[in-house]
Amino acid sequence: MAESSLRPMNALGDTHSVETSGAHAAPDLQFENLEQQHATRVFGMWIFLVTELMLFGALFLMYTVYRAFYPAAFAEGSRHLDLALGGINTAVLIVSSLCIALAIHAARTSAKRSQLALWLLAAAVLGIVFMVIKGYEYFLHYQNGEMPVFNWTLTGAGAGHVQLFFWLYFAMTGVHAIHLSIGIALVGIMILRALLGNFKPNAYTPLEMTGLYWHFVDIIWIFLLPLLYLIAR
Amino acid sequence: MSAITLPRQDTYLNINYGIRSWLLTTDHKRIAILYLVSITLMFVIGGAAATMMRIELFTPASDLVDAATYNKLFTMHGIVMIFFFLVPSIPAILGNFILPLMLGARDLAFPRINLLSWYIYMLGAGVTLWALIAGGVDTGWTFYTPYSTASPTHVVAATVGVFIAGFSSILTGLNFIVTTHKLRAPGMTWFRLPLFVWSLYATSLILVLATPVLAITLVLVAVERLFHVGIFDPALGGDPLLYQHLFWFYSHPAVYIMVLPAMGVVSEIIPTFAHKGLFGYKVVAISSIAIAVLGFLVWGHHMFVSGMSLHAALMFSAFSYLVAIPSAIKVFNWTSSLYKGSISYDTPMLYALGFIGLFTIGGLTGLYLAALGVNVHVTDTYFIVAHFHYIMVGGSVMGYFGGLHYWWPKMTGRMYPEKWGRAAAIIIFIGFNATFFPQFILGFEGMPRRYAAYPPEFQFLNMLSSLGAVLLGIGYILPALYLIPSLWFGKQAGPNPWDATGLEWKTSSPPPANNFEKIPVVTTGPYHYPGKQDKVG
Repeated sequence: MAESSLRPMNALGDTHSVETSGAHAAPDLQFENLEQQHATRVFGMWIFLVTELMLFGALFLMYTVYRAFYPAAFAEGSRHLDLALGGINTAVLIVSSLCIALAIHAARTSAKRSQLALWLLAAAVLGIVFMVIKGYEYFLHYQNGEMPVFNWTLTGAGAGHVQLFFWLYFAMTGVHAIHLSIGIALVGIMILRALLGNFKPNAYTPLEMTGLYWHFVDIIWIFLLPLLYLIAR
Repeated sequence: MSAITLPRQDTYLNINYGIRSWLLTTDHKRIAILYLVSITLMFVIGGAAATMMRIELFTPASDLVDAATYNKLFTMHGIVMIFFFLVPSIPAILGNFILPLMLGARDLAFPRINLLSWYIYMLGAGVTLWALIAGGVDTGWTFYTPYSTASPTHVVAATVGVFIAGFSSILTGLNFIVTTHKLRAPGMTWFRLPLFVWSLYATSLILVLATPVLAITLVLVAVERLFHVGIFDPALGGDPLLYQHLFWFYSHPAVYIMVLPAMGVVSEIIPTFAHKGLFGYKVVAISSIAIAVLGFLVWGHHMFVSGMSLHAALMFSAFSYLVAIPSAIKVFNWTSSLYKGSISYDTPMLYALGFIGLFTIGGLTGLYLAALGVNVHVTDTYFIVAHFHYIMVGGSVMGYFGGLHYWWPKMTGRMYPEKWGRAAAIIIFIGFNATFFPQFILGFEGMPRRYAAYPPEFQFLNMLSSLGAVLLGIGYILPALYLIPSLWFGKQAGPNPWDATGLEWKTSSPPPANNFEKIPVVTTGPYHYPGKQDKVG
């Protein structure tokens, strides 16, 4: 009874829940073809990154306002940051972005699975290196009494304003670190999928989306470095 | 119910059954129904708080509830109604259901993210309701610092709930933007899009751009509250005004999140029930985008008395006047569309006409408030309360109910009882005006908002307002009483009961799971009435 001759595409009604994480043989229900599916998903990632940019944008705005209010305190706060560690971390992230780009290139040019996985692994490891260095910096701030609430020892005129700098420092780098952690987890999933042979030269959408996200997180750091570390130098 | 049994028609409702098939669905139509049920529940909760407030305000003394409880009531009313009813109502229910149908698509671009957004909404609603049940919040829905970091009530849970619900909005907005760009049927060019799509697109832009700003701001408030020190703390040199700026950077555009979709609904209803094309289609379409853009530049008018340089105040005032222009364009084009139309006054049309009248009053009083001098005079009085309720309730809620009735036959396949529908629409219109018009006068006479008690000379108008609220409440209960039985007893709607244009009426009611048997090819504009004036397409 459910089979009506008037509905030749009846079978499509069930494809709503089809899992497409395997090799992308057919597009999802709502797409005409794989090209449309790829373009739509990548465009969705771009819109998501716009949202993310506004999230960081609010933090950048707060930073701008308070820095305009208290330029001397921000310069003072900046001198408490370790430029060497910040600089190393910048290099680490830039190289990790290169690895992601090379991974996508490998997927596109039908390189071996192992080669694709290796580039991804390199990016993930560099991401972890960044997190370790960042954690060490946080630890140093804690030791030096530069961590508001947990250990804050700076006193004297303008110490409150310096604390505002550190609030912003921890908020901005903290939100960035959360994003990078998510990025590392995503790359981890991509490594598994690469080893399983999920990606083909014409089907690597998740990889490209992960790459966009990774580069975005990288670019945020590129702005954080001068704003936080380089004010007074 | 006649004895003739028609062959069983496959619809999104009968393709499979069981709680699992609903909770794990990725069908935009079923997700819309999930949203309909949960958002209606939140509407009831927010309405209950408002009812308590209006009963309290029936007499001058604070006798039913004390001042502290009253503070919690208006906070609960505001948070629930804004973040959990008005912001998601039209987009997540009607938009979710209708947008892919209007575009000629089989689903939204990201069906699983669509389902995720519902779960996020439920989580946010759960956390917020927990805060309200556990003891409530007394900061007002605005969470202004420094009070919100010091208040003894459950501010953290409430802000976390709003924060979570924000991501539901963002994902819905993202889904709508991408779907509109990428999943239009062949021939569906941008200027053949129905105006509901245009307004949802503009709404989605605001959702995606403004919500994350509120999200991160609320996180910092919660952090500051937990540690008793933080980024808005004046003791460190922090600026509570910065919080207000960031809050209104979201919350003023949020007004347009709430009213733009309702404008879209009205733009659909008017041509259908006037049986002719919409006058000035392109201008109305572009005016949605103009509202979205200008809406980002006017937030300062909420802060004229908070402390602001004269130059900033002048700019915000000027932009607030400017944003009235695209809104007025819509009103004039809707009314012009009625000219020489063959108008039928069915329920959706009554709501749409009600929307035009009430929104116009709300908008014109908005111009008073854009004027610096008047604004200072009436800030924090009932004039403000009346003004934004004319926009939010007179506008958005009327639009929502209009849309719900308009697309009810499409969503359920059944007609609601037309006489009851008209009666409810008229009761809501009268009840609404009786409730809120006296508040304009109260405010102008100087009665401040957010107080449980007031001087006796304000009692007459307050009684009028409370009695109006009873009528309004009856008007809101009525649709539940006739819409739900219509699922069983309503007459079959057929694909196009209103004789409307638009792709959603080209498929059966309720639509099949994959929306269209064959993806339609579009060759005309959205309101193509042959023989009538239609310069589009």
